[in-house]
Amino acid sequence: MAWVNAVIQGILTGGLYALFACGLSLMFGVMKVVNLAHGDLATVAGYIGVGVIAATHMPFLWSVPVVVLAMAVLGYVLQRSMIQAAISRGELTTLIVTFGLSIVIENGLLQFFSADTRGVGVGDSIVSASFSIGSQIQIAWLNVVIFALAVVVLLGLQYFLSVSKYGRLIRAVADDREAAQLSGADYRHVFGIAAAVAFGTVALAGTAYGMTTVIDPTTGTDTILLFAFAAVVIGGLGSLWGTLIGGIILGVAQQIGAQINISYELLAGYIIFLAVLVIRPQGLTARRSES
Amino acid sequence: MSVGNDRVENHRAENGTPLLEIRDLVVHHGQLRALSGISLRVYPGEVYAIIGANGAGKSTLLRTISGLHHPSAGSIVYDGRDVTGMRPEKRATAGIVMVPEGRRLFPSLTLEENLKVGATYARTGPWTIQRVYDLFPWMKERRTQRTAQMSGGEQQSVAIGRALVANPRMLLLDELSLGLAPVIVQRIYGMLPQILASGVTVLLVEQDVSQALRVATHLQCLLEGNTTLEGRPSDVTAAEVEAAYFGMGSAAAVAHADQDEGGEG
Repeated sequence: MAWVNAVIQGILTGGLYALFACGLSLMFGVMKVVNLAHGDLATVAGYIGVGVIAATHMPFLWSVPVVVLAMAVLGYVLQRSMIQAAISRGELTTLIVTFGLSIVIENGLLQFFSADTRGVGVGDSIVSASFSIGSQIQIAWLNVVIFALAVVVLLGLQYFLSVSKYGRLIRAVADDREAAQLSGADYRHVFGIAAAVAFGTVALAGTAYGMTTVIDPTTGTDTILLFAFAAVVIGGLGSLWGTLIGGIILGVAQQIGAQINISYELLAGYIIFLAVLVIRPQGLTARRSES
Repeated sequence: MSVGNDRVENHRAENGTPLLEIRDLVVHHGQLRALSGISLRVYPGEVYAIIGANGAGKSTLLRTISGLHHPSAGSIVYDGRDVTGMRPEKRATAGIVMVPEGRRLFPSLTLEENLKVGATYARTGPWTIQRVYDLFPWMKERRTQRTAQMSGGEQQSVAIGRALVANPRMLLLDELSLGLAPVIVQRIYGMLPQILASGVTVLLVEQDVSQALRVATHLQCLLEGNTTLEGRPSDVTAAEVEAAYFGMGSAAAVAHADQDEGGEG
């Protein structure tokens, strides 16, 4: 029963990892940008949430759209300025620039918020609410809600990309930037829209993480970025649903590792990550011919 | 320049001001000089053909007109406006639309989505996705297919359709015949009259000289980045064309020219 519990908890954690990963995957798929500041931006979103609630005393649920919108605007602006400038100077430059951005954000947060941990305050009653299946399996409602949120976000992204005008343009620009220009599309603007969407998911990821546990200025790189990376690589670069599959596999591996020995939790996740890199480097869902 | 150029120019000027005027265009690829001072005028309603061998600078010229390359000198005037420094997407929305070499469709998009992207920033005009389906009736029932699975001729038609739905005034066609069977090339060029009838002016680049001569109202031959011949197809002799194309006046070149072109097309 303990193993069943580990698998269930792992699957639910996979939803959170998919939230971490889908924005990273989108930015790589469209702009070919590996955003090393991805995790730190999620942390920033968490701090914005904390700040907005503290400053305005608005209910938590109201603060979520505010944070998502703020991060989307930040995403568009960062993409059109710093990241676009890096893209124009070659793919490696984007790594250096986003790495630099990561360092700046981390130290900025340390400066303004100190190294103390903080949580997005939703109240203990919500965080600890749970239900039981049998005597040994206890499931936190919050994890179920976050998993459902991840599925809704992925469905929304898929719908946006396949049906909307900008979704179509994003796919076209990802295919062939120059050909899109010849059709009158300013790819820099389309990149900005894609970044805004990706940062919107980052905002949700940071908020969700801040609800389940606590954040501090180093959470972004130490936890969120690494898990997002692992989920994206396991699932397949540039694949949206692959992030959920990758997230679930990572989550289950961690929980099973922890079941064997609590100190194996992280190790088990990275062993799966490395195994996928060796055996199936294109990821579980990606076709080899693509990219 | 051919001898009768002034007379040709006077005749064409009766059509009014040129829709597109290129003056002394110089383009470099790194150290390499791809175009060394090309000038041309395209008047409304013309089919202006640029011919030349591989590496003559034809595609570079078209890509520079559409804004994908930046000239080191010279100017591009479109509809009375200097567009030399304008971004490619702005030129497209202003009416300069190119069907690029190699078709460059969006492989992960369906046929219809490719056309929709073309129509997103379209000018107002006669062309709609429906009208493209009327021009190429086979497209309608295959509109949900991805273009990667289609034949070269079909892909070329989609690329033309994607350009048309933007409602261009100046349509640039880059090597339509490349990699296609002659019968398919004939069929695709057979669409040209209907495209012209909608008020579109065409500037095309073609390696297949006989094909270019068949459809063009005006002709310009490039050789290593320079203009070697210009005129109406009826005013230039086959010998002149061959000499300009290969850069030599020998009889042998003229005699073998036909086979050579067939092989390249």
